[in-house]
Amino acid sequence: MSNGAAIATDSEVLARRARDRRWPPAVPLTVVALLLLCALFAPLLAPHSPLEGSLGERLAPPIGLEGAKPGHLLGTDRHGRDTLSRLLYGARISLAVSVVGITLTGAAGSLIGLLAGFFDGWVDTLLMRLADISLSLPGILIAVLLSVVFEPSFTNVIIVVVFLLWPSYARLTRGETLGLKQQEFVALARIAGCSSARIMFRHIVPNLAPSILVLATLHVGYVIVLEAALSFLGVGIPPPTPSWGVMVADGRGLIEQAWWVSILPGIAILVTVLSLNILGDWVRDRLDPKLRQV
Amino acid sequence: MQRFILGRVVQSIVSMFVVSVVVFALVRMSGDPIQIMMPAEATKADIELMRAHLGLDRPWTVQYWRFATQALQGDFGRSVRFRRPALDLVVERYGATLELGGIAVLIVILVALPVGVYSAVRRGSPLDYAARAFAALGQAVPPFWLGLVLVLIFGVLLHLLPTSGRGTPLHVLLPGITLGWFAVAGLMRLTRSSMLDVLGSEYVKLARIKGLPERRVIWLHAFKNAALPVVTFAALLFVALLNGSIIVETVFGWPGLGLLVIEAVDSRDYPIVQTVVLFLSAMYIGVNLLVDVLYAYLNPKIRYSQ
Repeated sequence: MSNGAAIATDSEVLARRARDRRWPPAVPLTVVALLLLCALFAPLLAPHSPLEGSLGERLAPPIGLEGAKPGHLLGTDRHGRDTLSRLLYGARISLAVSVVGITLTGAAGSLIGLLAGFFDGWVDTLLMRLADISLSLPGILIAVLLSVVFEPSFTNVIIVVVFLLWPSYARLTRGETLGLKQQEFVALARIAGCSSARIMFRHIVPNLAPSILVLATLHVGYVIVLEAALSFLGVGIPPPTPSWGVMVADGRGLIEQAWWVSILPGIAILVTVLSLNILGDWVRDRLDPKLRQV
Repeated sequence: MQRFILGRVVQSIVSMFVVSVVVFALVRMSGDPIQIMMPAEATKADIELMRAHLGLDRPWTVQYWRFATQALQGDFGRSVRFRRPALDLVVERYGATLELGGIAVLIVILVALPVGVYSAVRRGSPLDYAARAFAALGQAVPPFWLGLVLVLIFGVLLHLLPTSGRGTPLHVLLPGITLGWFAVAGLMRLTRSSMLDVLGSEYVKLARIKGLPERRVIWLHAFKNAALPVVTFAALLFVALLNGSIIVETVFGWPGLGLLVIEAVDSRDYPIVQTVVLFLSAMYIGVNLLVDVLYAYLNPKIRYSQ
């Protein structure tokens, strides 16, 4: 009987887990929602300009610490720029890089995977070898190289994101397409006289969408850290644009006098990425649990 | 297995070729080197002469061939800033990067493997929860920021450890921890899930029924089999360390290749950037190849396949 009891407890546990999974985790969802609002309404929310500061108010600590200046809740940097305002505008950069980068790389990578899986043969071999090669190149060095040849820019960051991430989309959609191609609805569509293009985009792509979406969600946090790291190194978003990575770099030499200049944007990155990762795991469990192994 | 290895070797060579073409093309796209090299009062004839002397009037395929053969012979040009052969500088700085990487690998293995294994064995215990919380946090912490936090705590507030440069064994501690951090989180997660799979298997149950001591069951029977996916992670670990070393060296002023290349970017020292990128890419591709071969050897499914 003890066995039966154990099974009952197991199913209770499973039922509780299923209930937990139905709704997204509240705290991370709130964080991400707030972040989106900050990014969208930065010009309305920011108390000061993110780019101009007054030197009289330079290196003021956050409110509550000795020497704080009223009006600068989170203090100022060495140019007297308001940290809070820069953080709010910085959210826009993170948002822009992740949306543009992941959309482009998701579209390109998925298209390549779709073609490889659908047409098989030499197309498949060629495209997948390309993916292997792309994976075997060190991304951050490519960024370094791009920035020394062209000036550091938003475009460089996007190129690096696409370069690093497209193979994972290509591999995923290729595998799924290979499976879907064998299914009856594809054969029926073929019999009904659909062209290859129509079968791919009207019949197969809708079935790929959930997996692509899951992978994209899981990548957001990664892309935000990548952008920040590149900008920190001076090969990503160029200063004075308030990218969070640029802000951490700005405070590097000031860590002894003014810790808040680099510590606060780091906390912003940490909280954002942690929330996004937890949400990403939730989306994966909801939409496509089999990706768990990926 | 030989076929598999041969395939991977060919692929690595192709990858290296692609890197060299990308480096070559990007550096050529950056502008006419003659404009930078010649004095302003140089005549048109002088410029043409210099161009012919450097082979820049030849087709780009010929130029690439020259670039590639010179690189293979160890000639990567001279640093603009230091006025010395680029390769010498790279070789000089290489040791520092290796030292840092070695310490980081040591930290990763010493922390991640035992914690991962015990967090699987004592699943649901406080240790397990703490380890998983740490892993989740560890993967969200930007490494460049973590470095600054460590500097703030151990250097500025506690005055315990040196925060910049290389010298005493203590100097390597903070950069080593920063570099290893991200990989610890990843390896711990992987070891834990891999151990959980193995611990549920029949042969582990059998080993327990036989009455073997728990320590022997865990390390000899379970861990040996759980280690296979962990080997693949070694490649990922190396990637993390390589990308990380550029960041960590910048934060801590560690005089390795990463700092060299970032300083070269600032001073637009193309030959240095080009050499470091080629050098590190070769290492990166080489280690990837090595890990794949090792994996093939350890995995009987590949070892005995045609």
